Amino acid sequence: MPSEAYVFDAVRTPRGRGRDTGSLHGVKPISLVVGLIDALRERNPGLDVGRLEDLLLGIVTPVGEQGGNLARAAALLAGLPDQVGGVQLNRFCASGLEAVNTAAARIRSGWEHLLLAGGVESMSRVPMGSDGGAWISDPQTTLATSFVPQGISADLIATLEGFTRDDVDGYALRSQERAAKAWAGGHFARSVVPVRDDNGLDILTVDEHPRPDTTRETLARLTPSFAALGEAAGFDAVALQKFHWLEAIDHVHHAGNSSGIVDGAALVLIGSEQVGQDLGLTPRARIVSAAVSGADPTLMLTGPIPATHKALAAAGLTVADIDLFEFNEAFAAVVLKYVRDLGLDPDRVNVNGGAIALGHPLGATGAMLIGTAVDELERRDLRRAVVTLCIGGGMGVATVLERC
Amino acid sequence: MTNTIRYDRGADGIVTLTLDDPDQSANIMNQAYATSMSAALDRLEAERDEVTGVVVTSAKSTFFAGGDLPRMIRATRADAPELAEVLDTIKRDLRRLETLGRPVVAAINGSALGGGLEIALACHHRIALDAPDSRLGLPEVTLGLLPGAGGVTRTVRMLGLAAALTTVLLTGRRMRPADALAVGIVDEVVATPTELLDRARAWIAANPHPSQPWDRPDYRMPGGTPASRSLAAQLPAFPATLRKQLKGARLPAPEAILATAVEGAQVDLETAFTVETRHLIGLLTGQIAKNMIGAFFFDLKAVNGGAARPTDVHAPPVRRVAVLGAGMMGAGIAYACASAGLDVVVRDVTPEAAGRAREHAERLLARRVRKGRATEADARAVLGRITTTDRVDALAGCDAVIEAVFEDPTLKKAVFAEVLPVLAPGALLASNTSTLPITGLAEGVDRPADFIGMHFFSPVDRMPLLEIVVGARTSDTALARAFDLGRRIGKTPIVVNDGRGFFTSRVIGRFLDEAVGMVAEGVPAASVEQAALQAGYPTGPLALADEVSLTLIQRIRRQFEDASEEFLPLPAHRLVDELVDAYDRPGRAEGRGFYSYDDGARGRLWPGLADLVTDAGRAVPFTDLQERMLFAEALDALRCLDEGVLRTETDANIGSIFGIGFPAWTGGVIRYVRQYAGGPAGFAARAAELADRYGDRFTPPADLVDRLAASAAHPGELAGVA
Repeated sequence: MPSEAYVFDAVRTPRGRGRDTGSLHGVKPISLVVGLIDALRERNPGLDVGRLEDLLLGIVTPVGEQGGNLARAAALLAGLPDQVGGVQLNRFCASGLEAVNTAAARIRSGWEHLLLAGGVESMSRVPMGSDGGAWISDPQTTLATSFVPQGISADLIATLEGFTRDDVDGYALRSQERAAKAWAGGHFARSVVPVRDDNGLDILTVDEHPRPDTTRETLARLTPSFAALGEAAGFDAVALQKFHWLEAIDHVHHAGNSSGIVDGAALVLIGSEQVGQDLGLTPRARIVSAAVSGADPTLMLTGPIPATHKALAAAGLTVADIDLFEFNEAFAAVVLKYVRDLGLDPDRVNVNGGAIALGHPLGATGAMLIGTAVDELERRDLRRAVVTLCIGGGMGVATVLERC
Repeated sequence: MTNTIRYDRGADGIVTLTLDDPDQSANIMNQAYATSMSAALDRLEAERDEVTGVVVTSAKSTFFAGGDLPRMIRATRADAPELAEVLDTIKRDLRRLETLGRPVVAAINGSALGGGLEIALACHHRIALDAPDSRLGLPEVTLGLLPGAGGVTRTVRMLGLAAALTTVLLTGRRMRPADALAVGIVDEVVATPTELLDRARAWIAANPHPSQPWDRPDYRMPGGTPASRSLAAQLPAFPATLRKQLKGARLPAPEAILATAVEGAQVDLETAFTVETRHLIGLLTGQIAKNMIGAFFFDLKAVNGGAARPTDVHAPPVRRVAVLGAGMMGAGIAYACASAGLDVVVRDVTPEAAGRAREHAERLLARRVRKGRATEADARAVLGRITTTDRVDALAGCDAVIEAVFEDPTLKKAVFAEVLPVLAPGALLASNTSTLPITGLAEGVDRPADFIGMHFFSPVDRMPLLEIVVGARTSDTALARAFDLGRRIGKTPIVVNDGRGFFTSRVIGRFLDEAVGMVAEGVPAASVEQAALQAGYPTGPLALADEVSLTLIQRIRRQFEDASEEFLPLPAHRLVDELVDAYDRPGRAEGRGFYSYDDGARGRLWPGLADLVTDAGRAVPFTDLQERMLFAEALDALRCLDEGVLRTETDANIGSIFGIGFPAWTGGVIRYVRQYAGGPAGFAARAAELADRYGDRFTPPADLVDRLAASAAHPGELAGVA
């Protein structure tokens, strides 16, 4: 019998800097996932893993040690019963949220009752883009779709919208300030599970990407990341050939106002009302609706706008009904455009900072944001939140959550 | 079927395969070649035990010219199976040659282009004779094609993906033997034909068991395959770089070459050949290759071959040329003449002014010497043929005069009057005016039959076109002499009748008017530039207008206005006037026009243009922007045909591409009409639609469709139009 889909629990690892000096560089992606499965079992003594049906993991670069359907391997290594399946899925940057939404839809179908959904990305170990793909490496496809790298798209959006370097740096500074305040205030405490080694020693307990000492001056000193790429490799020309009324692209994004490259994982325990009652799990939030939408592939990062409209319409809600927005801060201009187009109050968007400060472990982020949103609704005693991410290839995914 | 390959086995066991098509002046990759090569391979394989090596050479002055263009231009979708079969046969036999187990050497005695080089690439060793006119390369891209006899597949494996694309395949460069050696597509360059064969035999003796690099177990593709991490990281930039280089023009051939190269690099050799064939057939059966073959092979051959030159006239060749005016054009013309071995006397008002022509020649020659294109002695000889002077009597004995002074009819008449008495009797009298009617200028001389327009394009040393303008009283002899002079100095001469602006200046004026008019009506200036570039124009119209200079555009338009009662004022005219008169933005030379210039380098568009942009202007569909420019020129070219300014479609096509930058993919301005989707009828329907939206100037001539259907086009081209 069909049921609402409930979030019973949500956990994530801290985000480690995505390079060989990052704390999680020595941890295998599968270990990050297994650690979270262990934590969920520990935190929810009533969780009967015999009732679990599947583990859905978003992984954006599913090659090497992240390849070969890591979800199934992780379920087995974590000691889950044989009948718990595993599936890896890839909707680029929204893969973690895609896993959550797919799980919610399966619960709502009435066919399944208890699922684990989330994602993992060890960007320091499996470099972004190392899985290739026709979109970036088949000339026929690349030419037909006017492919440009995301940073060029972000700068293109800033140019089209008239966001200056000052605007995007201002946003980045706010992300850092909010993230610092959130950590200091313990806003992430409920979801973050320390990563420990086999001997029980802490490897990482806090996000290590934020730079709380960031100032406008330190940001102003950073050089644009995509100017040379745009010019030398011809990507600016490709973008301008499509957005022909622009004469040039203003390259405003840099390492300080773009999402950080990090390692991390997240899991959300999702199930039906019945399974909650059976196992004594308390629903924390209901997944009201979810939507995906495509958008211009060259502009690439505006998909959350139509996706949010679509998800709200499916829920019979409007922007005014939403108390908090968690928008993945891929690049500052992308958030600013979303806020502008939806007419949002900036004080309701990314109230605890976002990926600019905290980092964006590609496949995991969507699931991490579910936890962040539910925690904050509870902390502020508010009702509804929208979680959304922009996506490579020109897509957006959005999810509407309601606190139980 | 004719045998085109002679098979001779010497006492040393070396078989010489001599490419020699008895029915053609140059060897081409036709059906006879395919059959002959199959037979040659059958025999080589049968006699393998007696064969010690193979030399492939040619009995023609060139090695091998390339594809069978008369056949290719007729290819339709229905021919795909047959094309696939022929290509498979050709590739199979070249594969048999390189896997024969005997050393195979290409003795490249002259130009090896396209299919010719592809044959050589299937040999184990390539030796090129350093003949002065010899060129090697895969120029297929310039005809809208790709090298489909293994050329993409083998150059990628030989040079690596990036190098093959950038040095050979995408440029289509026709290389001198020394350059071909530097690029790596030949292994040796020799000075004499004897050396060529001696070296070939020596290599065979020294390498009894050769194989192609890609057939060896330790073969690695230079620079890696798309699967290797370093190349995979660069790969996304390849298409972007191509789009940047082509300025957004979506030409099927370079895109197909890139795709063929990348796809082929990921699979085995045989599969790569198949991929190559598939992409080539797509191009062959498409329209754009037909357009380009039509223009760059057939039309160009007809024009340069003298289709427009009167026959049966006594036209003594010009030996000594007087050039009046040592400005940029005069200096360029003088250099062109001197380079072709003619004596030139350049006259200007002072010795210093005249001396600029010499300085110009010195600059160009120094560059040629630096690049190894000429020796110091060559340069001295060319300079020795240029005399500069301020004196009229120094022009004594010149049997042609080319006037290149300021565009003022009174001045032009005056300089002719001044020099006429000292010239050789019957000297050819030519004006390099770009717009002034020749018949009117001829009134200034007492021999109007000898008077003609020779409109060169700037910069003269790089622009191949010459527009010869026949005035009302110009004689056939004058035309023949001007034509011969044009050919002598290496130009491609089209011949048109008189009229203000003739053909080229008049038609390019429609392009500039339409483009500037779009800016005036509120279209973003950047969109106008992009629309033109993406339509395949080499330069954006606003950048071009700046280069021509807005002041000159204004002056020419006022001359038109004064000369014609039917002159129609356009919004574009007002905008040019405002830029020149109100905003003091006269063009590139002054550093400010539609664009700003910093030290000669083009910067951004003038921000003042942004104030002109309107919502309606933004809403004009991009395709309309492009087709308004293309149609404006095509419709005016049709009117030129109507009015008799243009004599032939061939001249219109060649003149439009080589003189005024009409997009090359169209195969020329009239062929553009013929090849438009739906043919001339489709063009007329679209013109009517544009007229409805943008004004009567787009109304097509009423009889357009019938007229084009009745008039001759190359028989091969119509097949592709339907």
